[in-house]
Amino acid sequence: MTAHTKGSGMTWVGRAIRRLEDPALVRGHGHFTADLPATRWVRFVRSPVASGYIHNIELPAEGLVITASGLKGLKPIRPMLHKFNYKPVSQPILATGVVRFVGEPIAAVVATSKEAAEDLADEVKISISETTAVVDTATALNPAYPAVHSDVPGNVVVEGRVKTAEFDGVWGGAHKIVKLDARSRRQNATPIEARAGHAAYDAVTGRITLTCTTQMPHLTRTAIADILGMPESDLRVIAPDVGGGFGQKMSLASEYVVLVWLARKLKTSVAWAEDRRENLIAGFHSRDQAIALEGAFDENARLVALKADVVANVGAYSCFPTTCGVEPLMAMAELPGPYDVRQYQCRARGVLTNTCPMAPYRGVSRPVITFALERLMDKAAGAFGLAPDEIRRRNLIDKFPYTSATGLIYDEGSYKKTLEMALMAVDVPSFRARQKQAREHGRHLGIGFATFAERTGYGSPAFAARGMEITPGWENVIVSIDPSGGVEARIGSSPHGQGLRTTLAQIIADEIGIAPQAIKIVHGDTDRTPYGWGTFASRSLVISGGATLIAARKVRAKLIKIASHMLEAAPGDIVLEDGHAKVAGTDRVVAIAQMAREAYTQTHRFKGEIEPGLTETGSYDPPGTFSNACHVAIVEVDTETGRVAVEKFVVAEDAGRIINPMIADGQVHGGVAQGIGNALLEEIIYDEDGGILTASLADYLPPTAHEIPPIELHHMETPSVNSITRAKGLGEGGTIGAPAAVINAINDALSPFGVSIDEMPATPQRIRAALRASSFPSPARGGGLGRGPA
Amino acid sequence: MTDITLTINGHAHAIRVEDRRTLADAIREDCGQTGTHLGCEHGICGACTVIVDGEPLRACLMFAVQADGKSIRTVEGLADGDELHPMQRAFMEHHGLQCGFCTPGFLMLAVGVLEKDPDISDDDLLDVLSSNLCRCTGYQNIIKAVRAAAKEMRGK
Repeated sequence: MTAHTKGSGMTWVGRAIRRLEDPALVRGHGHFTADLPATRWVRFVRSPVASGYIHNIELPAEGLVITASGLKGLKPIRPMLHKFNYKPVSQPILATGVVRFVGEPIAAVVATSKEAAEDLADEVKISISETTAVVDTATALNPAYPAVHSDVPGNVVVEGRVKTAEFDGVWGGAHKIVKLDARSRRQNATPIEARAGHAAYDAVTGRITLTCTTQMPHLTRTAIADILGMPESDLRVIAPDVGGGFGQKMSLASEYVVLVWLARKLKTSVAWAEDRRENLIAGFHSRDQAIALEGAFDENARLVALKADVVANVGAYSCFPTTCGVEPLMAMAELPGPYDVRQYQCRARGVLTNTCPMAPYRGVSRPVITFALERLMDKAAGAFGLAPDEIRRRNLIDKFPYTSATGLIYDEGSYKKTLEMALMAVDVPSFRARQKQAREHGRHLGIGFATFAERTGYGSPAFAARGMEITPGWENVIVSIDPSGGVEARIGSSPHGQGLRTTLAQIIADEIGIAPQAIKIVHGDTDRTPYGWGTFASRSLVISGGATLIAARKVRAKLIKIASHMLEAAPGDIVLEDGHAKVAGTDRVVAIAQMAREAYTQTHRFKGEIEPGLTETGSYDPPGTFSNACHVAIVEVDTETGRVAVEKFVVAEDAGRIINPMIADGQVHGGVAQGIGNALLEEIIYDEDGGILTASLADYLPPTAHEIPPIELHHMETPSVNSITRAKGLGEGGTIGAPAAVINAINDALSPFGVSIDEMPATPQRIRAALRASSFPSPARGGGLGRGPA
Repeated sequence: MTDITLTINGHAHAIRVEDRRTLADAIREDCGQTGTHLGCEHGICGACTVIVDGEPLRACLMFAVQADGKSIRTVEGLADGDELHPMQRAFMEHHGLQCGFCTPGFLMLAVGVLEKDPDISDDDLLDVLSSNLCRCTGYQNIIKAVRAAAKEMRGK
């Protein structure tokens, strides 16, 4: 591949080059945490009950078992918000006297192999006197039921309220009010690699190296050092190849704290590999939220005011670092979505229950609020006799920058254009004809839309607005060229599948005239990289990419200065391309590797005008940017069985400037697939005592290739003024829009039966229940799906 | 403990294992071939798929002692030195992987099936691929990659 760079008029940015990550991964040479050998293996003994007092822990006669009494002096996990009436709650590293959810770790069993640790764990006898568990929010909010934490009576752990000044007047004068009770059940991000950790003691330095499946290695180091009261410099955290995270791996796992503590105590290596059951019951949940939503419309079907009551079941503890406020408060801040609605009232509560803690999962709250809002728009369309696209067209924002009712500033987007683009792609009139024909044969097709805004790449001011004690946001990147000419960028972000090694190399390549394949991106090692926040919230390409661009521009400036000295030419005449600095229009040329050598070894030649070395730092902390998209799903519902087949899925997306179209498409594909799974299949189910019924992948159902239809993508590029690379984030959008589009399509398909499915996932059971409860004539028989039995 | 020999990618590994040890654990821990990954250990996700005597199967559902003397192929054996297998190349060309954790299982599943049935129909191939889970790609590019590699493998 020729190195087309700036000088030649071609850029690396914008090209679908192959990923630099792949050669090792397709050979099975990736380094994943569980691949590391260890001298000791840990098995956690977990609570079998949702709520109770630990009476006694009977330990086996032999073997090492650590319980809370052995961990005295360790601080609990206690994240903090300084706003929204947040009440801090403490999560002990191992359950201390009380258990609060099924799966909470009580004891750590240590043995020389995984099997021996499991055998030993079976011999730990724990007696717990069970107390009444509060599992759902209705129970938790009922004063007759106990508090999950005695210092939070009533179980409301966080409560945000917002109301615009003219809300009451506008609400009272509205032409039509449309109401909806939307509900999302609990879900699990389900990375195919469950969590794992490996802590190793270094006898020479006394330091511990924790290798673990984290999305934020630096903050993991800070948090564990705080909890253990150890100097942060004595802890190195490595995030090697990480097998997907989707948010689940950004929250601190108490298990990692135990591993570091054990490695220090035993002065050896200690490992834990979470099994799938542990992951499903205790590896963080998400999306458990109910939204009572009401929209006030004027006579032209314009949404003039929006009222919401959000209740999130946040589980037994508050996740670090975001806190359990993340779901309800993001709902409150972003509910108005892509629509121009000036009056807004919202109350958003996080409620403690005896269930696994909730934590961020791809999209965080927005799959649920988008689902609620898009259901509301469809209901309003029905009430006004409008088509779903028409009511959206009348309400989507189209003047930029746009300041939302909650004060968020939307940079330029293409909300209406992506809607039109998606409509063109699906050809609604011919679909409606096909739908009509199919209905005559007892088959029920439906089309569903979702238009949404995806807030991405936001820096520290946005996090500070939430009142987070730990306020993430910025990123640092160090770009260097060593004396051999090797280019390296050390980044604080921590990619785990997003292809950042490739896209950042493309950004650098354009600046310094060296092909991306020759540029190494170093991440996931606190000893090798500058402090940074990691990879989450669709931020890395925008923020780490911006910091990379800044650092690369500095390196470029320095290279031009050096070349101007060495080639005795004006800086403005120097071109960097194909690994060389050239004087434009001449044959004078010097290799960048040679310049790098001289930047270290011949500094006297630069007469003090150029600082030694070739290392530059870029730092970036942007205000944030909004991607936007329109999703359209076409489904067929089998009214006999409640089975839904997604026939087609169309995405019209605008994520600003696209650095690598192949990688961008991959992110959207994966996001949409998770959204379809969230919409139809995925549900963590608790029984009334807080026991978990979905503890295997035979019960909790991520979609397979069978459930995901061909996904058709259409792109627009509205470059962002709030991002120096002009790129917007797009990691979460697929998951944000898909549930709404799919369930709107189901409702469209079922429109002859007068039902409204306002709950996700829309499982066959829920669809059948709705049809059974319908007073409309029962569905025509014989409506098979044509794809074999369900 | 039982003495067994696992032949992995043509190399014989004489190992001593407990009868309860799964083939997956033996491949990874006793034979040091960590390219085979464990995603669920209950036979659903397929990340641990290897080829045993020509059949793609889940290494977490087989005991190591059951594989004694059998010929096992893992992801590490797909490439011929520097020359990648067409399936590996196709996954790279079509962006059939993101985090790469499920990839070895998908590669072995697809290779195993296509070696047995090179002319498998697109529908049947989709059926086969739906036996493994991927959480990153939405399967779009995995399907594309496997179809492209199938074409190339048929051409050879």
